Amino acid sequence: MKEFALIFRLKDISDFKPSPEQMQERMNWLGGIAAQNKLADKGNTLLPSPGSAKTVKPNNMVTDGPYTEIKEFISGYIVVKVENIDEAVEIAKANPIFDQVGGSIEVREVLKRD
Amino acid sequence: MLNDKKTHNDELLPHLFRQEYAKMTAVLCRHFGLKHIEIAEDIASDTFLKASENWAINGVPENPSAWLYRVAKNKTKDHFKHISIFETKIKNDLKSTSLIQENNFEFNEQLILDSQLAMIFAVCNPVNNSESQIALALQILCGFSLEEIANAFLTKTETIKKRLQRARTHLRNDDFEITTLTGSEIQSRQETVLQTLYLLFNEGYFSKSNNQFIRKELCSEAIRLNLALAENPLTNTPQTNALLALMCFQSSRIEARTNEKGEAVLFDEQDKNRWDRSLIEKGNYYLVNATSGNEISKYHLEAGIAYWHTTDNKDKWKNILNLYNQLILIEYSPITALNRTFAFSKVNGNTKAIFEAEKLNLTNNGQYHGLMGYLLADSDIQKAIEHFKKAIRLTKSETEKRTLKKEIRRLKTNGDISE
Repeated sequence: MKEFALIFRLKDISDFKPSPEQMQERMNWLGGIAAQNKLADKGNTLLPSPGSAKTVKPNNMVTDGPYTEIKEFISGYIVVKVENIDEAVEIAKANPIFDQVGGSIEVREVLKRD
Repeated sequence: MLNDKKTHNDELLPHLFRQEYAKMTAVLCRHFGLKHIEIAEDIASDTFLKASENWAINGVPENPSAWLYRVAKNKTKDHFKHISIFETKIKNDLKSTSLIQENNFEFNEQLILDSQLAMIFAVCNPVNNSESQIALALQILCGFSLEEIANAFLTKTETIKKRLQRARTHLRNDDFEITTLTGSEIQSRQETVLQTLYLLFNEGYFSKSNNQFIRKELCSEAIRLNLALAENPLTNTPQTNALLALMCFQSSRIEARTNEKGEAVLFDEQDKNRWDRSLIEKGNYYLVNATSGNEISKYHLEAGIAYWHTTDNKDKWKNILNLYNQLILIEYSPITALNRTFAFSKVNGNTKAIFEAEKLNLTNNGQYHGLMGYLLADSDIQKAIEHFKKAIRLTKSETEKRTLKKEIRRLKTNGDISE
């Protein structure tokens, strides 16, 4: 078994707050992964709102928000435990986010620091 | 007249015996220490033996409990006299635990309650595995006999005996003192205690044993012990209340979930008039109490699910699915995964649910095939029957087998297909 982080990116800050229906679909997706016993870490949501997000750059430069230069911003992550990356990709494909608002999911193998 | 008394006696004693025996053992353990639990049990047994002899002749005394405790007290005094003469070694041993205070040796209601609560925490020792803990709880906290425990577990008496012996050795070596509980003891063990009571209840509620009487006894004992936790301010936590709410909601359906033949009645087919409304109300009460903290335990989620089951709300299944989604995040188990899929089918339809179920990788699980049979029954009778047959092969429960066979017969009649 390998672990993969699924990193969620959204395009628009207004997509961050899902409707109850969208929330239900997202929870169903997450519950479905856990029901297969493939969820290693339910992860966290990363708040993009002003006051909760800043970017630190060289020369003590600090900017508001995570989305100054990039079009997408990270909204959260989870970690799945599966046989291989293809399985992780299949799980990511089923995320309702693509039908709901768009965005992307980056799949990255976790190398544990021991 | 004698006959009357005798009948009364026969009914009263087993019930009184179990609970009072367990409580008395706890109180006596306060004096002897957990190391010498056998002495406490011997005295309690002797006391009840004397009661059964005496009451058969003289009738049940006006206050049976007071009578029993008076006898136990005298027997304890005799015991100390006895060992002070013969066994100085053991006496020193007992003294070292500073528990001999013969003059203060009283039984009162508060002491009994405190001792019982402490005994619950002593028995639910994490060094023992959960099976042993339930067996121990049944023996020490509920006063069940070896045969009764074996019957509840569908196991040989000899197996239970060995399991209990090992568990008791662990218990004796633990230096848990049956005195008034301290906050730190409660903190370190409350989770194990609740887990044991949860398993004890489930053992009764979902037991494979066909013995309805034993099953109900297990459930009511779990509730009784859980109530003891709720009645003490130190252990009356949101989790305690959530678990109690869960037990009340589940118990409200005990009568409705089996028919006269002892067959399981599926939830959808249960006669709601047979649900116990007063237990549902109690469940609501404890569920409200459970919301006083910030923490959401698995008991909260399960109690929430059980609550929605008692309602006819149009969003019922959506809420149940939501709660299952949260529950499975806290703790994976095949049964939670399957129950979640059932709720999923109620919200999103069978076709989508079949797709979800197939991903669960539970093809060796009888209940998986039971669920698949249910989900396929409308669309593919042949496949549904195959799944039900696999479920029959995989289950050990005779009741479940009968229910599944009935379902196959129903499908065959409806689909008009031959073997």
